[in-house]
Amino acid sequence: MSDDLYDDYILDHYESPYHRGHVDHPTIAHEDENPLCGDQVRLQLVIDNDRVKEAWFEGHGCAISQAAASILSREIEGKTIDELKTFQAPQMLDLLRVRLTASRQKCGLLSFKILKTMLYTLNDDLHTA
Amino acid sequence: MTSMTLTAKFDVEAVRRDFPILSKPLPGGRPLVYLDNAATAQKPRQVVEKLVECLENYNANVHRGIHALGDRVTGELEMAREKVRQLIGAREVEEIIFTSGTTMSINLVANAWGRKFLKAGDELLLNEMEHHANLVPWQQIASQTGAKLRFIPLTADGRLDLSSLDEVLGDRTKLVAVTALSNVLGTINPISEIAARAKSQGALVLVDAAQSVPHAPVNVTSPDIDFLAFSGHKLYGPTGIGVLYGKRRLLESMDPFLCGGNMIRRVRKESSDFAELPGKFEAGTLPIVEAIGLGAAIDYVQSIGFEAIGAYEHELTRRAFEQLSPIPGLTIVGPGLEHRGAIVSFSVEGVHPHDMAELLDRRGVAVRAGHHCTMPLHELLKVTATTRASFAFYNAPEEVDALCEAIEYARKVFRLS
Repeated sequence: MSDDLYDDYILDHYESPYHRGHVDHPTIAHEDENPLCGDQVRLQLVIDNDRVKEAWFEGHGCAISQAAASILSREIEGKTIDELKTFQAPQMLDLLRVRLTASRQKCGLLSFKILKTMLYTLNDDLHTA
Repeated sequence: MTSMTLTAKFDVEAVRRDFPILSKPLPGGRPLVYLDNAATAQKPRQVVEKLVECLENYNANVHRGIHALGDRVTGELEMAREKVRQLIGAREVEEIIFTSGTTMSINLVANAWGRKFLKAGDELLLNEMEHHANLVPWQQIASQTGAKLRFIPLTADGRLDLSSLDEVLGDRTKLVAVTALSNVLGTINPISEIAARAKSQGALVLVDAAQSVPHAPVNVTSPDIDFLAFSGHKLYGPTGIGVLYGKRRLLESMDPFLCGGNMIRRVRKESSDFAELPGKFEAGTLPIVEAIGLGAAIDYVQSIGFEAIGAYEHELTRRAFEQLSPIPGLTIVGPGLEHRGAIVSFSVEGVHPHDMAELLDRRGVAVRAGHHCTMPLHELLKVTATTRASFAFYNAPEEVDALCEAIEYARKVFRLS
């Protein structure tokens, strides 16, 4: 774990993000923002057979929030919904490989929070379907 | 260089010795470069000493206790009120209402004047550079009274477009609420012209002077200002104390805003008579010590003098302009130097303002990043956030240089240079 917030891993994801882009017909999409920083992320999932086939994000904001969205998108592809339900915030912070101060954790966890909200929504949809 | 000779006249090192915090190293040992003065200013020793003097020697409630301390503290508080009156050139000391800050001052007018006098079809004239504190209270009152909000358009360089003022200012306009100095763009607004044109339509004028009062003299009789609001803490005084100036006849026509102790003359079971000004609008116990501290802050600022402050801060701002402008990818928002106070907000391509502020902080440079409580303005500028450096007379020219070096450092971290 690096003490430098802006190490190469974060900056690489910020500059060359994984799956930044718009998906026309996602199975589910959700967006949220961090009003303090003005970070915004929209996460879009294509789900096939209870498994994330593709994860894409759109948004803008600080390097931490955008790199985290990129790292999360790459991490969750191929995982099942059940696997994602056990995915917890500390694991997300570990994936970032940098130590975040309390105030910057909001940036680092924005896309994670969006994912969790989506999973709840998805659950409701499946039950009502 | 002319800027060198001008800044040399102002003894910034002597002024800095009055502010103990400026010479205390940050955790990690770096010197503090405090460029967040538009958020809150540091406090000179003279203000701190006044607070301690009050608390250690004559702390008591005001206007109540029939005892020596009560008399002393009431005298000190009323002296502070008189200092405020002189500072802004009000005719009568009763026109000075102590509040908790600019936000409460504006909310007081919006509620106590707006709710009583506004009706459906009336218009309030605002603009998109206003701080949320001079926008949201009016939105609330408009929705309660049926009044309509109108907005003076802004020019491309972030000034009020007075050439289109006639399109939005008319006989339906009941009040024009405008900031004297934008907290983001740094724009100095032409209050005289706005006030004159508002008056010609019979509209009242409220000036948000939170940003301007620490930097420039103001006189509420010329231009003709009906309400003026500012905070103590941006004027080198304590937090928790603010001022509302209102013309006597307006304040007398308004109903109380907050009700309770101190603001009454006689209370019966079913109804009450209210106190004379300014007590009518000062319900409950005032921030007494803070008000007295504000008086000391006014003394301090006046001992330096607004002419010297204005000239020196202008040179700091000019220096910032000269050094920031050549940085690749850096854009300064707002107008040129001739229309600008000591505030420079900017964006740097490739570095988000929050990352910028964090990296500047590593170099000891304290700035503000975000939307600065002006979300509509940032929407208009088409940026989500900016980084803001704001100067005070205790900032040394070398601190402007430190800001620019720190920005270069941030660009290096982001692999932009």
